Amino acid sequence: MQFETVIGLEVHVELKTNSKIFSSAPAHFGAEPNTNTTVIDLGYPGVLPVMNEKAVEFAMKAAMAINCEIAEETKWDRKNYFYPDNPKAYQISQYDKPVGENGWVEIEVNGETKRIGITRLHLEEDAGKLTHAGKHSLCDYNRQGTPLVEIVSEPDIRTPEEAYAFLEKLKAIIQYTEVSDCKMEEGSLRCDANISLRPVGQKEFGTKTELKNLNSFNFVRKGLEYEEKRQADVLSSGGTIDQETRRFDEATGKTLLMRVKEGSDDYRYFPEPDLLSVIIDDEWKERVRASIPELPDARKKRYMEELGLPAHDAKILTMSKDIADFFEATVAAGAAAKLASNWMMGEVPAYLNAESKELAQTKLTPENLAGMIKLLEEGTISSKIAKTVFKEIIENGGDAEAIVKEKGLVQISDESALLKFVNDALDANPQSIADFKEGKKKAIGFLVGQIMKASKGQANPQAINKLLVEEIQKR
Amino acid sequence: MSLFDHKLTEIQSMIDKKEVSIPDLVDESFKRIAAVDGDVKAFLALDEERARKQAEEAQGAGKTGILSGIPIGIKDNIVTKGLRTTAASQILHNFDPIYDATVVNKLREAGTITVGKLNMDEFAMGSSTENSSFQKTRNPWNLAHVPGGSSGGSAAAVAAGEVPFSLGSDTGGSIRQPASFCGVVGMKPTYGRVSRFGLIAFASSLDQIGPITRNVEDNAHLLEALAGVDPYDSTSANVPAESFAAGLTGDIKGLRIAVPKEYLGEGVSEEVRQSVLAALKVLEGLGATWEEVSLPHSKYGVATYYLLASSEASSNLARFDGIRYGYRAEGAENLIDLYKKTRAEGFGDEVKRRIMLGTFALSSGYYDAYYKKAQQVRTLIKKDFEDVFASYDVIIGPTTPTPAFKIGEIIDDPLTMYANDILTIPVNLAGVPGISVPCGFAENGLPLGLQIIGRHFDEKNVYRVAHAYEQATDFHKEKPKL
Repeated sequence: MQFETVIGLEVHVELKTNSKIFSSAPAHFGAEPNTNTTVIDLGYPGVLPVMNEKAVEFAMKAAMAINCEIAEETKWDRKNYFYPDNPKAYQISQYDKPVGENGWVEIEVNGETKRIGITRLHLEEDAGKLTHAGKHSLCDYNRQGTPLVEIVSEPDIRTPEEAYAFLEKLKAIIQYTEVSDCKMEEGSLRCDANISLRPVGQKEFGTKTELKNLNSFNFVRKGLEYEEKRQADVLSSGGTIDQETRRFDEATGKTLLMRVKEGSDDYRYFPEPDLLSVIIDDEWKERVRASIPELPDARKKRYMEELGLPAHDAKILTMSKDIADFFEATVAAGAAAKLASNWMMGEVPAYLNAESKELAQTKLTPENLAGMIKLLEEGTISSKIAKTVFKEIIENGGDAEAIVKEKGLVQISDESALLKFVNDALDANPQSIADFKEGKKKAIGFLVGQIMKASKGQANPQAINKLLVEEIQKR
Repeated sequence: MSLFDHKLTEIQSMIDKKEVSIPDLVDESFKRIAAVDGDVKAFLALDEERARKQAEEAQGAGKTGILSGIPIGIKDNIVTKGLRTTAASQILHNFDPIYDATVVNKLREAGTITVGKLNMDEFAMGSSTENSSFQKTRNPWNLAHVPGGSSGGSAAAVAAGEVPFSLGSDTGGSIRQPASFCGVVGMKPTYGRVSRFGLIAFASSLDQIGPITRNVEDNAHLLEALAGVDPYDSTSANVPAESFAAGLTGDIKGLRIAVPKEYLGEGVSEEVRQSVLAALKVLEGLGATWEEVSLPHSKYGVATYYLLASSEASSNLARFDGIRYGYRAEGAENLIDLYKKTRAEGFGDEVKRRIMLGTFALSSGYYDAYYKKAQQVRTLIKKDFEDVFASYDVIIGPTTPTPAFKIGEIIDDPLTMYANDILTIPVNLAGVPGISVPCGFAENGLPLGLQIIGRHFDEKNVYRVAHAYEQATDFHKEKPKL
């Protein structure tokens, strides 16, 4: 039997406000346990929440960026459940009046674009963090009260690949709005996935399972791929899927049963009596809307139309606002767009990955990168030398032209200077001459390599090629 | 005669004339506590060393305001930094707060000196203070009777002359009912008038802190100090501060009084009814007029209240889980077991009853029939009051249907106990201010209270009427013989 896969995602994104959503404690990651807390975060008897207006504004911004309708009145509700990371034993969340509803995000998979619906975006407080240590569990309430938006997609996603593309796009959009860092490794972006299968052509959804512990977009894709196959195997062999929560095991790539859901959890939601509802008037909405920068899709289009970049380049560059901003500044500093794009998609991320660094942690600037690209474009340096210069400017900074001069890295294009290298190489390798004359064109490549080595990479490869052919003919 | 038989302005003038010092006032308080609290059992904790030290300092610094240097008792559900605060529950038996409630900060600024913490029904759930997990407070007028509740300790301590005034909290009558039972003045302000930050929540949409005093004028002074918007309480209202005391002119000519027929009907004892009718005569004599009106939905008040208050309480009290503070059960096998044991051992029966009731009312499948329906009825009750206030200045009736009952008399009959708040609950549901002032004595010698209810944020008018009535009668001058 042929099955169609139906996937819906729930994404939690922490908002990077200075203070928490209902207290004045700092909302930053990485502090000593329980130092970013007030009596409010600890759920002390008698405390009351006070809403951080900035958190609502950030949520509005995120909701607008994913094309949601913004509520005219949004309100707070209590979600009741017991757990040690939840100090009040209720989470202040939004039940029936979320900040945003009915949005969409456009994704591109295999060259085709598709709209994934957004059911809702609501605001809530994050919980604390438990660390299990032998017989005990330790509670750290630093994260308690960090503003969090939960974004729920429609079940519009049909493949694990689409889920991956959706998450990449969503992350890019949210990062552009600068309301969150969206760092999965720091927990500022988290994702749960619902997946079910149904026979092709059937309208009703099949029974879904919920996947948790998906700690990277890649694991989301892998977990969904595994689960898709597992469900297909069960259904094909006449079995049924149980509504259950499964965790993805990174070591084996499998999903494992966590718990079977019996009915829906009863969180006894009711309106939070300690907070007033929030009226969002047009003036406020427009003010927030005006603060949203150009988003990835618009920027991609501009790069293609105005800078003449291929679609692939434009897409990769605009996936991260940091990269895109850097790229634009590099072009503005005089670099050719396509060359800048090549470097921003090639050597730059390769270096960052190898060194586990962020762009901002390096000495590379749009100015020194553009300077280097200009030298390359003019033929002052070879692409091989460029790699040396690049390593120098990304690690130690400085002006590319000055470095090239100081270290004597200028490309040698002068024929008389190159002739000596060419004849030395030919003298030392008579077999290569013979090979070339017998029609083995590869022999030239070997000779060029020898000359580049001897000239420490400074010889102009095109010029050498030409001279080699000429000099061999003379012998 | 006790120093505390004098009203605040008199005490301050005695301080000015050096006839009495602030340490004398504090000493008077602790002496009286030593003499009578063994019988009355109003206090759960005393802060004598700190209070005496503060008195010496205040005396040296010179007084600054009307409340400066005056001893006060605080209900034990209002958190006081470093001073044990239990809400009369075993689950907080060892809880020493690390912050002060906003009202406690305000009192400190006003210069009062905290003597100690006052007994109450556990988590303010009850009408007799018999639900305290520590001790049963007794009515100073007759020790066999209850002082009312839940602010029973606060009312009894004032009535017994242990402190000139105290703070209580009122969710369904918990200031007014004990004030009525103990023959003192108790004000439940408009919802939002006083910050709830630091009040251990029972029912967040109903709770209000308010003053209990021996006379109306002192009460007005104390509320002035407590009132005001608080950045830590989003439900506190930003209404301009006003002088309640300055409005106590004694003049109520032309006042239009509404008397709901539901407040003098079935269930209200004859002697209570007669005392209210007599009070209305006094007010007529002062130039007011009264007419009978109806609050047609008030009969649903108790049912509505027990659904809403219990629902909120079931959530508010969930934080007492043995993890971060308070009581933690021994010998738990795992997390769920720890929760169950801690809460089973830490909470008393009435608290458990209401947590279960509220949990049920909020449950999926029952929410619409109970919580949501109750919210709708609450809107109707609120509208009843608005309709009456469109044509009348105040609503007057009894505070309670009967005088104080005996200790143990109805503790095993929760429904009868709940019905005791039938006349005070609608006021909380509507969010309007209400005061109880002494209006006579029952045949058995126990005090009776007159309830005066005003429009939202019209405490000034409520005080004016209460004061005019008080000045025209002598009931407030009677003191229990202890």
